[in-house]
Amino acid sequence: MRIKQVVAILVCTLSVPALAEDQNTLLAAELAALREQVAQMKAMYESRIAALEEKLATIGKPGMTNDTAPPPQTASQPMPSEPSQASTTGKPAAFNPETSLILQGAYTSRKDVEGISVGGFAQRKGQGDDDNKRGFNVNETELMLAANIDPYWRGQATLSVLNSEASVEEAWFQTTALGNGMGIKVGRILSGIGYLNEQHAHQWDFYDQPLMYKVLFGGDSYAQDGMQLKWLAPLDTFVELGVEIGRGQNFPGDDRNISGTNSQALFAHVGDDIGISSSWRAGFSWLHTRAGAREGTFETMSQDNVSGTFNGRSRVWIADFVYKWAPDGNPARRNFKLQAEYFRRAENGTLAVDDGGNLYNSLWRTRQSGYYFQGLYQFTPNWRAGLRYDRLSSGSQSLGDNPADIEIINYHPSRFSTMIDYSWSEFSRLRLQWSRDRAMLGVTDNQITLQYIMSLGSHGAHKF
Amino acid sequence: MMKRILALLLLLCALPAAATVKVLATVPEWGALVREIGGDRVDVMVASTAMQDPHRIEARPSLIARARTAELIVATGADLEIGWLPLLLRESGNNRIQLGQPGYFEAATAVQLRDVPQVVDRSMGDVHAAGDPHFQLDPRNILLVAAALFEHLAQVDPAGAAAYRNNLDRFAERWRAAMTRWEVEGAGLKGRTFLQVHRSFGYLAHWLGMEVRGELEPKPGIEPGSAHLGSIVESQRNAPAAMILRAAYQTEAAARWVSERTGIPVVTLPFTVGGTPQATDLFGFFDDTLARLKSAVQKP
Repeated sequence: MRIKQVVAILVCTLSVPALAEDQNTLLAAELAALREQVAQMKAMYESRIAALEEKLATIGKPGMTNDTAPPPQTASQPMPSEPSQASTTGKPAAFNPETSLILQGAYTSRKDVEGISVGGFAQRKGQGDDDNKRGFNVNETELMLAANIDPYWRGQATLSVLNSEASVEEAWFQTTALGNGMGIKVGRILSGIGYLNEQHAHQWDFYDQPLMYKVLFGGDSYAQDGMQLKWLAPLDTFVELGVEIGRGQNFPGDDRNISGTNSQALFAHVGDDIGISSSWRAGFSWLHTRAGAREGTFETMSQDNVSGTFNGRSRVWIADFVYKWAPDGNPARRNFKLQAEYFRRAENGTLAVDDGGNLYNSLWRTRQSGYYFQGLYQFTPNWRAGLRYDRLSSGSQSLGDNPADIEIINYHPSRFSTMIDYSWSEFSRLRLQWSRDRAMLGVTDNQITLQYIMSLGSHGAHKF
Repeated sequence: MMKRILALLLLLCALPAAATVKVLATVPEWGALVREIGGDRVDVMVASTAMQDPHRIEARPSLIARARTAELIVATGADLEIGWLPLLLRESGNNRIQLGQPGYFEAATAVQLRDVPQVVDRSMGDVHAAGDPHFQLDPRNILLVAAALFEHLAQVDPAGAAAYRNNLDRFAERWRAAMTRWEVEGAGLKGRTFLQVHRSFGYLAHWLGMEVRGELEPKPGIEPGSAHLGSIVESQRNAPAAMILRAAYQTEAAARWVSERTGIPVVTLPFTVGGTPQATDLFGFFDDTLARLKSAVQKP
């Protein structure tokens, strides 16, 4: 038998250094121990092979019984080989918990604009400075840990480190044993609204998020401390409904530190295959947040920068769609992905403006919208290319009597991006992106970015 | 009249049988095996086809929906589906098919995996820490998996245990007869050498006594470049392998490139049920695998 031969050869090979045995007794002892280990391994392996061969001989023969107990063995050792373990996946060498680290960085060439803004949209305080990064940059280093906690719960944390700051991007636990299509997630979660919102930066197909995400969430995505309940319908078509409540501490709301919930979200996803080659998912989401004193910077008619705080509510609607195609449904070599999202946002409340000691209160009522669509084509196992178009509409903005003389900008920010990337394996990627950015009023910025994404360790599967 | 009543009775009797067990198999070979053992008591959906790379299936919405209602998941295990099955299980909200439940079955738990690496490091490419997961290519493993699958089916659907037992016995008998035939047919393949695109055919080589002479991929899961393929062509100059084996889902380009420069024939094997028009079920899968290997050897 071949396996026996292999094991025998292994034993022989290990015995060769035994010539030096008398020179070093310590080494000899070690070798003896090693030999014993190999002998044990061999015995175990052989007993397992023997057990399997015996089993093979009895399958379907009258002697085989219905119960799952192993057949009685004459050998003194209990069979370690009986398939008692539930899983072989990642058995000996896998990390527990799954640990992964993402290295991301870029070289960017763009205009040096102070206080980058998206024309006609209120933005999170300080966001403009975050976006103005030129030259070489290490972006967020993401550390992710995930594991089953026990038979009932699973937990995951994603920590992101940038310069001297570490932040908890996500930290949650979820149910695994609830059944009936139910799932509950509690902690700091990336909301299930939209399509891109739940994806981490290393999953993006472009260097940056679409403009609509920047204006909606003041950053890359919407996360909050709270809980999420999801239900999957028992149908052959994918129909998923979700509801979230939480602290709503992030833009477009702010941290009001109240005993109730400051943010509520609803979402529905539907999806299916079209034949063997195509599949799709469509979603519809709603997010409601409240702000007590959301800070922002505004410009007056006389070109002064003033700070103001918004108090009121934001309601966001998002429709999203993604379609994927691959020849024979095998995306490993070639595949195509088309995705689009559209949003509308309504904000109602008041704006308090502090203009050099004078406090003005005005109404705040906006109705704004925007969209992006993008296509991505992987034309060889290593190369992908993509196009994206972003466009927003500042829509209607009303400040009532506008006592502080805030300038209302009516504008259609837009951006066109194209990228090409190369992946040595699914764990390493280098991307070149060119964008013609007209998000800011009066500025046309041609941006070039060369970006790397490196993924270390055992990384969980990505969602559709 | 009597006939009508009889027909009605028959129909009523047939109704409970319609309450089938919903099974989700990750790859076609286990889908086919579930059909053999489950018979008409099971309703099988297979998550992938023979034209798809089983390492690289996406957790599509349709698969999550199917996992939601499945009573049994039949997977290969040994990390083959690690890129997508854990996500299906998590997103399904179905507690019956979670790890450790009777409704979760990994075929790899029933067999002895080969080529378990001593050291696992990504610099070695996409290695499977638990061992080579392509064990469906040794028919003895099919029988071992069949027996273990029967146990899971009987636990998930105790009312059908007798039927499954019966199906297993009949399948085992037919399979044993077929194995004897294949081993006779494959005797001429013993000692024959082959190159393979990916480490797909280790178990086949072990079963038939063939010899693996290397892979076209420089490392598992890494695309071969022309420099690497050139070095393979060079290495085949003195003692060329008898054939280059390629699974139906794998690209032909690299294999053909080497073939054109070395004269070694490319043999496309079904790799699983549905990989070739002849591989319509598990028997056809092995019949066709052997037929293709033999015809490659018989050609001068």
